[in-house]
Amino acid sequence: MEYNNTDLAAFKNVWVFCEQRQGKLMPTDFELISEGRKLADELGVKLCGLLLGDKVEGIAKELGGYGADEVILCESELLKNYTTDAYAKVICDVVKDLKPEIVLFGATNIGRDIAPRCAARLHTGLCADCTHLDIDVAKYKEFLKTNSTLDVEASQWDMEDRNLKMTRPAFGGHLMATIICPRFRPSMATVRPGVMKKAEFDQKKADALKITRPSFKLEASDILTDVLKVEKAAKQLVDLIGADFIVSVGRGIAADVEKGIKIAEDLAAELGGVVGGSRAAIDSGWLSADRQVGQTGKTVHPKVYVALGISGAIQHKVGMQDSECIIAVNKNSAAPIFEVADYGITGDLFSVGPMLVEAIKAAKEAK
Amino acid sequence: MKIIVCVKQVPDTSGKVAVNPDGTLNRASMPTITNPDDMNAVEAALALKDNTGAEVVVVTMGPPPAEGMLRELLAMGADRAVLVSGREFGGSDTYATSQILAAAIKKIGIDKDDVIFCGRQAIDGDTAQVGPQIAEKLEIPQVSYAADIKKDGNSITVKRMLEDGFMEIKVQTPCLVTCIKELNEPRYMSIGGIMDAYSKEMQVFDYETLKDDPLIDPSTIGLKGSPTNIFKSFTPPQKGAGMMLEGADKNTCAKLAGILAEKHII
Repeated sequence: MEYNNTDLAAFKNVWVFCEQRQGKLMPTDFELISEGRKLADELGVKLCGLLLGDKVEGIAKELGGYGADEVILCESELLKNYTTDAYAKVICDVVKDLKPEIVLFGATNIGRDIAPRCAARLHTGLCADCTHLDIDVAKYKEFLKTNSTLDVEASQWDMEDRNLKMTRPAFGGHLMATIICPRFRPSMATVRPGVMKKAEFDQKKADALKITRPSFKLEASDILTDVLKVEKAAKQLVDLIGADFIVSVGRGIAADVEKGIKIAEDLAAELGGVVGGSRAAIDSGWLSADRQVGQTGKTVHPKVYVALGISGAIQHKVGMQDSECIIAVNKNSAAPIFEVADYGITGDLFSVGPMLVEAIKAAKEAK
Repeated sequence: MKIIVCVKQVPDTSGKVAVNPDGTLNRASMPTITNPDDMNAVEAALALKDNTGAEVVVVTMGPPPAEGMLRELLAMGADRAVLVSGREFGGSDTYATSQILAAAIKKIGIDKDDVIFCGRQAIDGDTAQVGPQIAEKLEIPQVSYAADIKKDGNSITVKRMLEDGFMEIKVQTPCLVTCIKELNEPRYMSIGGIMDAYSKEMQVFDYETLKDDPLIDPSTIGLKGSPTNIFKSFTPPQKGAGMMLEGADKNTCAKLAGILAEKHII
């Protein structure tokens, strides 16, 4: 068995696996390239995008604009559609040849399929669904000071530690854990979409991007899965992650689901936003799964998040508590949602909701 | 045909969660359940058994009390159960866990037309990594996020969900499939099933049982053999309490809208 622990110093550079679907890059690629840039700068190494597909060279440049120094391009007809077999083989082969120190993947359904397969083959550690990454211990300490209840200065710190510190929620968000992979390389992580901030696009950097094509071997016989078809969802999916205003509903609308959703839609329309929901609203079939906010749904940070009839279970809070402004309406004054709300109203959403729509309309007109 | 289903007993994080002063989870104070996605995997196996007469084997890694969960799955209709349990296995991360479970599955035996079902992810760790990593260790293909599974001859066809649609994937057996809740509605235990549960076979695999497998090496299992370590664990601080507005009438709403306008939020 070959382990990547003999010479850790031989591993260099930060890589981001840049997922494309039907020849289009995913939004999370740009978030990861932007975040990867910071890590590469702290380590003083190159940032490389790893792009697999069929005739996808044309989309590589854009990755440079967000901070990639280089795109490692692997093209083949066999890489047109995603298959675990083909992608794992090519990624593992180029990782073994070129030895990156860090490899990041978006925690999409595909990222979370390919990353564990590769980590198992490469005999290295993988941290799932990260929400924060650090190299520098001083920066990590600053992060802990605002994001934990730990007495940061009371512990001993090795300020020279250069391991990637991968932080993620566990137990539905009740605990946070920072994971390291000290004995093996590369350190690998999947990163939750919507969490890392996208940098400003820089055309000069895009023009300076270098594209390299490593050699790899891939044959049809390497692929044991056969993609019969790829279908896009028939209806337009809601873009919760990109929304500036989100109005979410929870169990509180149970008394009249149709009316509750109508109120949320009216309020969202007045604010110029979209409707989301808690796990209870999705599990009850009131809203489609793409609208779920929370640990098992999406992490959002809109300008305004309005929670109507959502009690605020930790698994919901973990997905919305970083919103810039949180407004909560709930009949129960002790509901945990009020712990994270900037503004709270104890009341019935069926009466408060429509009044809020009118009040916001009036306030906008008065401006 | 045999269907091996990997399951995990987890603390029920949907209720109240107790955290120890040192930042670890107080598991003793919390009820345990079978991981929800794993129940969908069990149901998928039992549905396939209903149609084909396949044998369903449930396997878990965990401490001895996990036997109770396995008995419940036998009562639902699984044919036999394997509990993988040993001090040497404790503290394993996903990599080490997949080594151990892959070794246990090899011990159970996988034939040409067998399949392995797992839940997509467990609610305690939410990693979704162990299924794909078992498949890699067994060198068999995987399909994750399955919302529909059809078996025909030596292959199965899976509807694999993506965020923006789905793929239809045909895969040769043996293979591993991870299941999501959209796949089915898990059945309940039957009275007859409960009566039979204690007469069905329950095997325990410990370190001695599995140690001859090349995957079981002290340097690749347990806490010491895990590539990842916990650097810190902590609880997030409570956000400072916001402003509770008085009343729930027109004036309250007007006041709130006024504040939002003043702060240029709307």
